[in-house]
Amino acid sequence: MLTEAPPARRPTSSRVVAAPGGRRRVLWPYLLIAPTLLATAYLLVYPLLRNVIISFQQFGMAELIRGGAGFAGFANYTAVLGDPEFWSVARRTGVFTAINVGLIMVLSTLVALLVVRLDRVMRLLVLGGLVLTWATPMIAATTVFQWMFQSQLGVVNWALVSLGFEQFRGHTWFADGPQTFAILVVLIVWQSVPFAALTLYAAMTTVPHELYEAARIDGAGGFRSFRSITFPVLAPMFGLVTCLEVIWVGKAFVQIWVISEGGPGRATTTLPVYAYQIAQSLHRYDLGAVVSMLMVLLLGLALLFYFRRMFREEAAT
Amino acid sequence: MTGRLTRNLLALLVFVVSVFPVYWMVLTAFKPARDIQAETPTFWPSALTFEHFGTAVHAQGFWSFWRNSLLVAGGAVLLSLVVALLAAYAVARLRWKGRRGFILMVFIAQMTPWEALLIPMYVIARDTGMLDTLLMLTLVYFMITLPFTIVTLRNFLAAVPVELEEAAQVDGCDRPAAFRRVVLPLLAPGLLATSLFGFITAWNEFAFANLLIIKDQDDRTLPVWLSSFSNTFGTDWGATMAASTLFMLPVLAIFLVLQGKVTAGITGGAVKG
Repeated sequence: MLTEAPPARRPTSSRVVAAPGGRRRVLWPYLLIAPTLLATAYLLVYPLLRNVIISFQQFGMAELIRGGAGFAGFANYTAVLGDPEFWSVARRTGVFTAINVGLIMVLSTLVALLVVRLDRVMRLLVLGGLVLTWATPMIAATTVFQWMFQSQLGVVNWALVSLGFEQFRGHTWFADGPQTFAILVVLIVWQSVPFAALTLYAAMTTVPHELYEAARIDGAGGFRSFRSITFPVLAPMFGLVTCLEVIWVGKAFVQIWVISEGGPGRATTTLPVYAYQIAQSLHRYDLGAVVSMLMVLLLGLALLFYFRRMFREEAAT
Repeated sequence: MTGRLTRNLLALLVFVVSVFPVYWMVLTAFKPARDIQAETPTFWPSALTFEHFGTAVHAQGFWSFWRNSLLVAGGAVLLSLVVALLAAYAVARLRWKGRRGFILMVFIAQMTPWEALLIPMYVIARDTGMLDTLLMLTLVYFMITLPFTIVTLRNFLAAVPVELEEAAQVDGCDRPAAFRRVVLPLLAPGLLATSLFGFITAWNEFAFANLLIIKDQDDRTLPVWLSSFSNTFGTDWGATMAASTLFMLPVLAIFLVLQGKVTAGITGGAVKG
């Protein structure tokens, strides 16, 4: 209750402006955040609750049009969890996330380590390239990748044939499950490395130089000094970036949907794509809601870890 | 420690790998059709042509998609700028009960997996008669960009010395006037940077635009139109790449404007689209 808020104490932080007036002074902050609260309530909390409710209802095409969805208890959850299809999609999502995040973290660490050791000109060149990649809109990236991997005129097939792999002449990448999967991995890794590499690079520049000097005097090589200095010092940063990438890859939808719609067959169907397919093609909004709820729960683990770190940092400032 | 030459070669490799797809897109967009169709691709244009850009621009509905995207992204950003500025001021400058809880809420909202809210959003839009309206899309983008905008503006606000505001108050300004005359001008670059980032997020968004606008094809936004390029351009890759280039242009312009702020601002907030 706003009116029960205690009379404002003397501000303790020097950052706070002393405000004149009694009652108004108590209400001010709440008036200022009211629009944010209203928007969040209606556009975020309500949809979330609605998703929970739909997941417990019988909600198909008929209910969407006429309303009056009936309560279904846990029927939708048992239906989804009892379906082997769901488990194979969940497993695929796990594999997809693990491969992508693994590659992203290894490559971006290597790139960051490289950039730290470059001269000014080369460093600016690489950083510029990374920022350009990062700025590339996802949809533009998907169209370009479709063009590069095109069967007849695609530059990738041409390059592979030129290198002597004759079997790639006119090869149709998107007809094959694992190959489409691989292209999506390449696309996502290509898009994600810049953010991770730039963040890790920025963090690496904050490691005091003296530490490396001391290590060199003690005879530590490049790998040793990474293992015993860079990594331990930056461990929280690595954790943070890994969390973000897990979340980002785990819920990746646009790239997959635009390039393959989860196909061919089900080869590239991950949880977000699966939820969308169920809702849009089968009009089973209830089952789709269940899948997205389960996805949120799974991502919640990564999120929890991220928030603990985030809030510890917040408390420190 | 690897040698200087090896390092520079590796750096070059990283640069080429990261830039090549974008280069290939722009190059294809400017290549004459016979070069695109050639058995052996050329990595440098033999001649430049604007033909494909002409095809893209004259495609059915191109300008209305462009306008829709601008309207939706611009509207969302303006709305979230106003709402976020109020909240950011309360968080950065005032002390009140529930402040920490509010900050936590904003952080959580920032990490919302929006992909999981597609279905309820669709149902809500349908229930309220907002399906197929640009207003619904604007509201969704407003909410997607709002938490990030609050966090960033709060950081920018915290960087403006409180003493300036106090001085203005001593000189007889009331608090809103002090804010308007002293803080706002200093905050302008921060406002610009924040809104441009929000704009990019909204400009690029595909999933909601694809789901919430279905009946009236003229109400689609650029990303949705571009994703179905084969319906429009068939196998005309020159036109497809020209359209992609045009779509990327505003984003690139924004990144150029912001330059240094890009890496510092985004990595500082650990924000990602």
